[in-house]
Amino acid sequence: MSSVPGKTKRKKLAFKISLFILSGTTCIFLAAFGYNYYYSRQLVLKNVEENARNLTLAAVNKIETTLSGVEQVPRFISSALENHQYSRNDLLQMIEDILLTNPDIFGASVAFEPFAFHPQSRYFAPYKFRGKNGFGLHPPEKEFQYFLRDWYLIPKELGRPVWSEPYFSEGGGNVIMSTYSVPFYRVIKGERRFKGVVEVDIALEWLKDIVSRISIYQSGYAFLISQNGVIVTHPKRNWIMRESIFSIAEAAGDSDLRKIGKDMVRGNEGFVQMQSHFTGKKSWMYYAPLPSIGWSIGVVFSEEELFANMKKLNWAVFVIGSAGFVFLFLVIAWISKKITGPISTLSLKTADIAKGNLDIELPSAKSDDEVGELTTSFENMRMALKEYISTLKETTAAKERMESELKIARIIQMSFLPKRFPPFPEKDEFEIYATLEPALEVGGDLYDFFLVDENHLFFSIGDVSDKGVPAALFMAVTKTLMKGIASQGLAPSEVLGRVNIELCRENETMMFCTVFCGLLNIKTGELLYANAGHNPPLIVRAGREPELLTQAKGVMMGIREDTTYNMGKYAMERGDTLILYTDGVTEAMDRDKSLFATDRLLTIAIQNKDLPLEDLASHIIKSVKDFAGGEPQSDDITILAVRFTGGG
Amino acid sequence: MKQRSHIPAFLILATIFLVAPPSAFGGNLKKVTFLPQWTPQAQFAGYYVAKEKGIYEQYGIDLVILPGGPDNPPCETLAKGKADFTSMFLASAIQKRSSGVKVVNIGQLVQRSGYILVARKSSGIVSPQDLNGKRVSLWSDFQLQSLAFFRKYNLHVNIIPQTFTINLFLRGGVDAASAMWYNEYHTLLNSGLDEDELTAFFFDKYGLNFPEDGIYCLEATLKRDRALCAAFVQATIEGWKYAFAHPDEALDIVMKYVNEAHIGTNRVHQKWMLERMKDLISPQEVKTPMGVLREEDYNLVSRELTLKGVIHNIPSFGKFYVQCSGKN
Repeated sequence: MSSVPGKTKRKKLAFKISLFILSGTTCIFLAAFGYNYYYSRQLVLKNVEENARNLTLAAVNKIETTLSGVEQVPRFISSALENHQYSRNDLLQMIEDILLTNPDIFGASVAFEPFAFHPQSRYFAPYKFRGKNGFGLHPPEKEFQYFLRDWYLIPKELGRPVWSEPYFSEGGGNVIMSTYSVPFYRVIKGERRFKGVVEVDIALEWLKDIVSRISIYQSGYAFLISQNGVIVTHPKRNWIMRESIFSIAEAAGDSDLRKIGKDMVRGNEGFVQMQSHFTGKKSWMYYAPLPSIGWSIGVVFSEEELFANMKKLNWAVFVIGSAGFVFLFLVIAWISKKITGPISTLSLKTADIAKGNLDIELPSAKSDDEVGELTTSFENMRMALKEYISTLKETTAAKERMESELKIARIIQMSFLPKRFPPFPEKDEFEIYATLEPALEVGGDLYDFFLVDENHLFFSIGDVSDKGVPAALFMAVTKTLMKGIASQGLAPSEVLGRVNIELCRENETMMFCTVFCGLLNIKTGELLYANAGHNPPLIVRAGREPELLTQAKGVMMGIREDTTYNMGKYAMERGDTLILYTDGVTEAMDRDKSLFATDRLLTIAIQNKDLPLEDLASHIIKSVKDFAGGEPQSDDITILAVRFTGGG
Repeated sequence: MKQRSHIPAFLILATIFLVAPPSAFGGNLKKVTFLPQWTPQAQFAGYYVAKEKGIYEQYGIDLVILPGGPDNPPCETLAKGKADFTSMFLASAIQKRSSGVKVVNIGQLVQRSGYILVARKSSGIVSPQDLNGKRVSLWSDFQLQSLAFFRKYNLHVNIIPQTFTINLFLRGGVDAASAMWYNEYHTLLNSGLDEDELTAFFFDKYGLNFPEDGIYCLEATLKRDRALCAAFVQATIEGWKYAFAHPDEALDIVMKYVNEAHIGTNRVHQKWMLERMKDLISPQEVKTPMGVLREEDYNLVSRELTLKGVIHNIPSFGKFYVQCSGKN
């Protein structure tokens, strides 16, 4: 049974230690891990953004260089046209020269406003292009309303050069092209008037190559969108020129992508998280504009790849952390077992010790740590307890023996005292009653009375100094001496004197006692008395104030051998009651250490003076006890009362 | 850029054969050609669906859909006998009829005008009055409705010609532009403009409903084989109904035609177009049966054409429109 709580306790302690340490460690680990994850993620993103930006901007620069090269040509022609009127042939030659000197340009045209080239011709827009067999020429046709084409109308209306939206080249060549158109003007009568547009068409295959070469990681890809958001280049071929970033967003219900698209077509630069609807993966994209043409390049790479190394690292950290956690767990389990094991053994053993089994063997202190110290202390305690208990046993035995002896002594002591009342039933001249309320300890109070002859009653009361067995023995001696000497019919003063001499003789213990003794003539009521330092007795008379017999006071007995005692005389009248008492009555103390005192005794005596003596005595004793309250009685309480009923 | 494409010679040859009476080729199916007025898109979904689902065949028609586009004006092609049927806007058709080309409307599909004016709210245009003094681009062929609108609200606008695209508007060259609700309007959305950034003026809301697409043929064709005309209209209506009931399948079919013609469009755009065509062909508020041309629409458009001086005589409704739907 006792091993069960012990075991639970050990488990609890070990569990607590493990819980606190492991949860603390886990918190620290998770915080470090989280921070590491966050920080390394930010770092990777920053690096990747940097990388993507560099790659993108390099591509943008490359494209811009070519595009601005292309732009120069029609700009130059346009400014030339502002100042000169060229012939048809000159113009054709000029256009052909453009194609000859600019391999990037697929075709070029100079298109005039109606009747601007020649008053008779509404349409004039010769277009030369690279054909399979040299340069081809499209002459202007009536049906061909170039005025209503984007490449013509938009620069005209905007009044600035414009790159067109991408388009497929004619003849099913599936080549994506864009046209750069520059409006030209002529000043007529001080007014600058729009006269037409110079345009060049370029194939965008090279642009596709540049964009497709931008790649980050395995599955990273780049794409290009036009100013309207139309996909110009993309690894997914059937999106090209069909889908726009917005149509992809609409098809996928991806409002974030739409927002990104809006930012892209506005010519902004950014680095954003997005869902790639091409790879189907969560991705990041860096995008930047091609400023001259107003298009935008996006470089996309999957987050999975982006964070692949980090994921590996984090996994490794996690595994190391977990292994560490397990290791830590084992170490803690071992340590806590090492600590709590001996403690629980100790606790089991001490439980036995508590039951009194002091001979039990404690485990030896193996280590010099706190547990070792505790074990040693327990061993010392066990030894000390064992010794103490054996001593205690002996002492208790001795004490018990003494106590039983003392009890016997007390019984013997009490048996000295006359206890049969009324002691002289044949005598009606007086009444006598005595009682001794012994204290817990053996005390030294004594009383005695006997008839010396037919007419004389001797009575005495005394109190030996000190307490205990010596006092009891001294009391026995005093009483015996008193009885022996008083029986010879001597006067009380003489009795005290002689007893004193006997007590002083070889009184090495220097004990002493107070005694009051009286000799009452039961016929006349004459009382002779002597007092060896005892409390003066109280005499209560009918119809008069009570008084104390304060005369004939002498020294306590047992001190000086040459002491003589005076004798007092008092004439008792019928009904007078003499009350003798020891200091157990007057010196009884209440809780506040105030004394019972003689006055209280007087009051009680008057109030109860007509009661039988036995009741009177018990009244007095009860009053003393009530006064003392619960205070232990420290001294014997002795009362001896004599009532004279003879005479008259 | 110049879309200087020409109708390939083989197509012209094929067309010549096709207009010949079907009996010359034996078999039960009549060879018929149809020219949509524009390149393949969901605007013509009903025709493509009816052909692909074999609905025309059920009506005894072996249909060839000719490639439409800016270089193939429908009325001219019809007049030259290069196509049996074509699709045209009502206003254009009235114009042609008035100018002497004997075209007949044998089925009016669109009941509600899809032609709108669109503007950026950011340019402060939210009501017709806001267009006053603004630059508005209009397609030269489809100006009538806008002009009537401007007149109705007494607006003086700076009209700029509009190309086949909406790019001039996108580049900020004009404050407002013409657009077809089912087409250019979505192109704007697909170029990054949001609907709440745009103000769209729907003309039917301003009492200027010019219903557009209808099925046309020459009077001669109708006289020669009225049953064929009725079959064609009926099959087309069925095609539309099927397309509206099965939009995904219809879109698959449209995208097939789109891809074959190398049109730079995408599925979401065609989806939008198909949904809008449904709104225009069977609008919830109009209970006119499919294929029926309402006389009041005809009169409104004719009156506006006359007012503008585009036409000088209004062709009689009875001559112009011959109901071929709901009879077979």
